[in-house]
Formats: sequence, C-alpha cells, structure tokens
Amino acid sequence: MGQIETFYDVMRRQGITRRSFMKYCSLTAAALGLGPAFVPKIAHAMETKPRTPVIWVHGLECTCCSESFIRSAHPLAKDVVLSMISLDYDDTLMAAAGHAAEAAFEETIQKYKGNYILAVEGNPPMNEDGMYCITGGKPFVEKLRHAAKDAKAIISWGACASYGCVQAAAPNPTRATPVHKVILDKPIIKVPGCPPIAEVMTGVITYMLTFDRFPELDRQGRPAMFYGQRIHDKCYRRPHFDAGQFVEHWDDENARKGYCLYKMGCKGPTTYNACSTVRWNEGVSFPIQSGHGCIGCSEDGFWDQGSFYDRLTNIKQFGIEATADKIGMTAAGAVGGAVAVHAAISALKRAQKKTEEA
Amino acid sequence: MSDKIFHPARESHEIFKASRLTGDATLEDLDSIRKRTSVYVYEAPVRLWHWINAACITVLIVTGYFIGRPLPSMQIAEAYDQFVMGYIRFAHFAAAQVLTVGFFGRIYWAFMGNHHAKQMFYIPLFNRRFWHELIFELRWYFFLEREPKKYVGHNPLAQIAMFFFMTLGLTFMLITGWALYAEGAGQGSLPDMAMGWVLGLVQNSQRLHTLHHLGMWAIVVFMIIHIYAAIREDIMSRQSMVSTMISGHRTFKDDRVE
Ligand code: HEM
Ligand code: HEM
Ligand code: SF4
Ligand code: SF4
Repeated sequence: MGQIETFYDVMRRQGITRRSFMKYCSLTAAALGLGPAFVPKIAHAMETKPRTPVIWVHGLECTCCSESFIRSAHPLAKDVVLSMISLDYDDTLMAAAGHAAEAAFEETIQKYKGNYILAVEGNPPMNEDGMYCITGGKPFVEKLRHAAKDAKAIISWGACASYGCVQAAAPNPTRATPVHKVILDKPIIKVPGCPPIAEVMTGVITYMLTFDRFPELDRQGRPAMFYGQRIHDKCYRRPHFDAGQFVEHWDDENARKGYCLYKMGCKGPTTYNACSTVRWNEGVSFPIQSGHGCIGCSEDGFWDQGSFYDRLTNIKQFGIEATADKIGMTAAGAVGGAVAVHAAISALKRAQKKTEEA
Repeated sequence: MSDKIFHPARESHEIFKASRLTGDATLEDLDSIRKRTSVYVYEAPVRLWHWINAACITVLIVTGYFIGRPLPSMQIAEAYDQFVMGYIRFAHFAAAQVLTVGFFGRIYWAFMGNHHAKQMFYIPLFNRRFWHELIFELRWYFFLEREPKKYVGHNPLAQIAMFFFMTLGLTFMLITGWALYAEGAGQGSLPDMAMGWVLGLVQNSQRLHTLHHLGMWAIVVFMIIHIYAAIREDIMSRQSMVSTMISGHRTFKDDRVE
C-alpha cells in the first residue's frame, strides 16, 4: 500500500494552505465546544494519523442529507471534509458511475477492512426481501449488510437512517427500517433531522475522523453536543411562551409581532436539535424565525404525531380527530352523566324506602 | 316547644347519660337518639395526606390542562415583565413536588400505620370473601340490594378503584411527569438521572406529553366517581364517609350485625 496518507496530506493535495489548515482546526475546536488547547491536538492528529476512509451509501431517502452536507456554512470545513470523503465512495457525489462505482465500493471495503466508517443515508425497506429499494441490481439491505460487516463504526444520517422517517410512517407498507434495527453488532451514531444541519454533520464527522471515536452520545445515541437540548430551551421566542403570548391564527397581529408558535403546533418543546442555536443556511434563519413552528423532524416518529399544526397529538386509535383532551372530556362527560343519572335514581329509591317505612 | 323538653316520653333513667341534652333538643330528638359504634380507621397522617393530595391533584389538573391548551394570549406588560405561562407551569411543578413527597410519605405510612393504611396498595386477589363482597357491592350500586354492608376500611369496589387510579395512576403520573421535568432540568441533572430513562424508552417527548395528558383524564374520571360515591355513601350507607376522612372515626348508623 506504500506510504500511509494522513489527513494533512490529503488537504495539502487539495490545495489547502497551512494557514487555512490551522484556521480549520480552530474552527473545528470551536464548533465542537472544545477549548483552544485542543487546536494543536486536532492539528497534530490530522498531521500524523492515517486518513480514515468513509463509505457513504444511500437507501430509501431523498438525498436531503447530502444536499444539506454540501452546503456547510464554512466553505473551508466543507472543502476539507468533502475532500476526505468523496475520495472513497459516495454514489451520488463521486464521479464514477455504474460498474466503475461498484468496483470502487468493493475496493474500498477490501482495502480498508475494519477501518472505514460507514455513513448511511436513508434506510432499507425489509418487506418483499428488500425489493423496494434496489441499488446496483441488488436490494439495498444486502449492500448495507455487506458494507457494515467490515466497518469500524456507522453514522446514521438523518431521520431516515436514524428512525425511518416518512417512508416508515404508519402503516409503513415497505417496512422501512432504521439502520440500528438491521445492523446490531456495530457502534452506531444517529444524526437525525430532515435533513440534519450541515454544521452538525461536518462537526460530527470531523470529530470522529480526528479523535477516532464517537463524541459523547445521549440516551438515544445522538451526539449530545448538538442534540442535548430542545429547540424550545434556546428559542428566541421563549419569553413570549413564558409570558403566555401566542400566535392564535396564522397572519394575526401576534404572528406579525413574532409571538410564540406553541398554539400553532410548534414541536420545539419536544424536539432535540441545534436549530435554535446553529440555525440554517450559514446561520441566516431557522423555521421558527421565519414564522413557522418546528415540526420535530429530528425526533423518532415525528411523522406519526398528528398534524404539524396541532399542539396536542391526534390519537388515531380513537378516531381521526381525537386529541387527549377530546378523549378525556368525552370519558369525563360520560362518567359525569352516568353519575347524575345514578344520583337521581338513588334519590328516588331513598324516597321510596322512606314512604315504605313510614 | 319548651314544655316538650320537660316532659320526656321515656323515663329519665332510660335516657342515655350522654344524651341528657340541653338547649333546643325536642321530644323527637330524644326519641331518635341511639347508640352508635365507631372505629378509628384513618390515622392522622393518612387524613393529612388525603387532603394535601387532593389539593395538589386539583392544582395539577387545572394547571396541566392550561399547559396543554394555554389561555388566550394576554397583553399585561412587556414580555420580560409578564409571566402567565411561567406561573402556571411553576404552580404545576410546585404542586408536583408536594405530591411526590406526599406520595412517598404515604408509602412510608403504609408500613408504619395501621392495617387500613395498607389497603390502598394492594388487591386481595386470593381472598374469596373479597370477590363475594365485590359482587355484593356492585349489586348495591345497580340498585339490586336494599341495604349495603358495613365496612371499616374501603369497600371492595373502592379498594380496586384506589389501587388502579391512585396507587398505579399516581405512580404513572409521577414517572411521566418527572420524565418531562427532567427534559427542562437538562441532561445530567438529578431528575434526569432519576427519570431520564423514560424518555429513552418512549423515544419521542411528544408521545410522553400525550401519555401524561391521557393520565390526567383518567384521574379526572376517578375524582368524579370518588367524590360522588363518598357523598352518596355518606347519605345512603350505614356508615359515615366524609367525616371519616376528617376525624378518622368510622361511625356506624345502626348496631345490626350482618
Ligand atoms: C395528578 C398529577 C398530574 C396531572 C393531572 C398532570 C397534568 C398535566 C397535563 C395535562 C400536562 C400537559 C401535557 C401536554 O403537554 O399536553 C402536564 C404537563 C407537565 N407536567 Fe404534569 N401532571 C401531573 C403530575 C405531574 C408531576 C408529578 C410532574 C413532575 C414534576 C409533572 C410535570 C409536568 C411537566 C414537566 C409538564 C410539561 C410542561 C411543559 O411542557 O411546559 N406533572 N401535566
Ligand atoms: C371534596 C373532595 C373529596 C372528598 C369528600 C373525599 C372523601 C374521601 C373519603 C370519605 C374517603 C374514605 C373512603 C372510605 O372511607 O372508604 C376518601 C379516601 C381517599 N380519597 Fe378522597 N375525597 C375527596 C377528594 C379526593 C381527591 C381529589 C382525591 C385524589 C384524586 C382523593 C383520593 C383519595 C384516596 C387515594 C383515598 C384513599 C385514602 C387511603 O386509603 O389512604 N380524594 N376520600
Ligand atoms: S416558538 Fe416553539 S420553540 Fe419557540 S418558544 Fe414557542 S413553542 Fe418553544
Ligand atoms: S426547527 Fe424543528 S423541524 Fe425544523 S429543522 Fe429544526 S428540528 Fe427540524
């Protein structure tokens, strides 16, 4: 195999100057919430460690994760990370296609056995032996299993790979299945969102490439540094929430004033993501800032929690339009009615008994 | 009126000593005086817990409802100076803390207190008599029995309701409630370390909210039935009810044995 290539070698070959390289290292440290002391550590790691190859596969998905990824705010980070990745295999980003691409796929697996990171975008549908998603003439699930077998670790990009996303919405006809329910024997990091924020994606991958391990994960296996808090915890409209000032209808005066979108079904209080801090499109804005509630895209089953525009979830088992309140009030009303009738009969019976006794 | 008092129907030695009443007691009053037995059932900690618990749950239901479905927007002051939703949530969390401490205190008392302090926490599944009495109690509620039985503690129907709606129901509300609270307190906080695993289990916090919210309605249903039954039995049964939860004494209105 000859001389081992380091990250630094790759970057220099891509025309990145040493100065830019150092800038990149401090930027990465800042993005990951590490102190300045880590900058030389990152630089040192990148200069000396052999480059970690990445294979990026696509299952049942819409490619929004890739779209997000290549729009990372800092062009430097994007260039660097992208140059490190596209080198190996990514069927939507790489130049090669068809048999050449499949050959590159095999070659990478053989060459870096046990050393590469497998990044999965989308998920395998399991019904009909996986025939609902065919890549390279084979069900995607086979490709996934094949690539996962010799992978060091797996990144589940987006809601699709992490949780199943809309293709897994009830009744899930193709049985689209998140990666961690198919691959059971590899460490998996989930980076959910539809798509995940670009800076979150580059941040996670840079961390893994430089430190050779996962960042700290939360209980659901997501990087805690980006998914540790809810949108609601850092939302700039939160003072209006605490004040009890809400948008009551789209385009009412409160909407113009930028009040809290809670009553319009904002899922910020139940969604763990970094949108309210990192924001989107180079930090320009995020959904709530442009007047629309969060739909909870980085949460498990967000597609099955009723309308995006209702605060309370519709519970389908109780009919199409049943919230907890409707169900509860119906039950309480029925019981209250029964109690009233029971009380009336009781009073009658008692009067009857009294006249009998008299 | 007053001459009636001085000419009792019974001889004075027949009148119980304690019932030698003064004031406005009438002949009918004296006639209807009878001996009543009473048992001390609910010790002070149980009674204290009952009313604190009832108050907390009432606050939790009102505030919880407004958390799920907030009041109309108000414009009292600048947002930084106005705290409507904040106070509603504060009241919810404050009542929740009292409820939690109270519930643990009540469990402690189930071990330390008398036999009746334990009744709420189990169903005597293998006691034939319990099931017979349960059927009897159901018949009483369906107007198929003329007269109810006498109970020192809870009747079987009440015991089942207490067990499912309070022992299990409150446990469910405590678990889901603290799991929601842990989200606000943040990862690594004490509530998170104690109850954060629940969110890991339920996965989506929106689901957790829905479960917590449905739990509230179960408790509302219990409250309606419970308060109705307590007042109805107070009037119609052969024993005291509401005052029992105040004084602790169960008084029986008649001396007949079954
Ligand atoms: C009988 C007891 C309780 C009742 C009836 C009750 C009721 C409710 C209801 C209806 C909601 C709104 C749910 C929604 O979002 O749709 C709620 C929210 C909540 N409750 Fe409770 N609750 C109870 C006990 C507790 C306890 C013990 C805690 C623990 C601290 C707790 C903490 C919370 C929290 C943190 C929220 C979410 C607040 C938010 O999203 O802003 N609750 N409760
Ligand atoms: C004005 C309202 C209420 C009245 C008059 C009342 C009355 C009573 C009475 C008379 C008992 C004793 C039952 C018996 O003798 O078998 C009792 C027990 C009990 N009540 Fe209430 N109650 C009220 C509200 C509530 C509320 C709101 C709750 C909670 C949702 C509640 C929960 C309980 C529990 C758990 C017991 C069992 C106590 C134990 O065994 O430790 N009560 N109540
Ligand atoms: S807009 Fe959404 S995230 Fe922001 S404060 Fe309101 S409910 Fe929370
Ligand atoms: S604001 Fe909510 S729905 Fe929008 S991208 Fe962020 S997590 Fe997804």
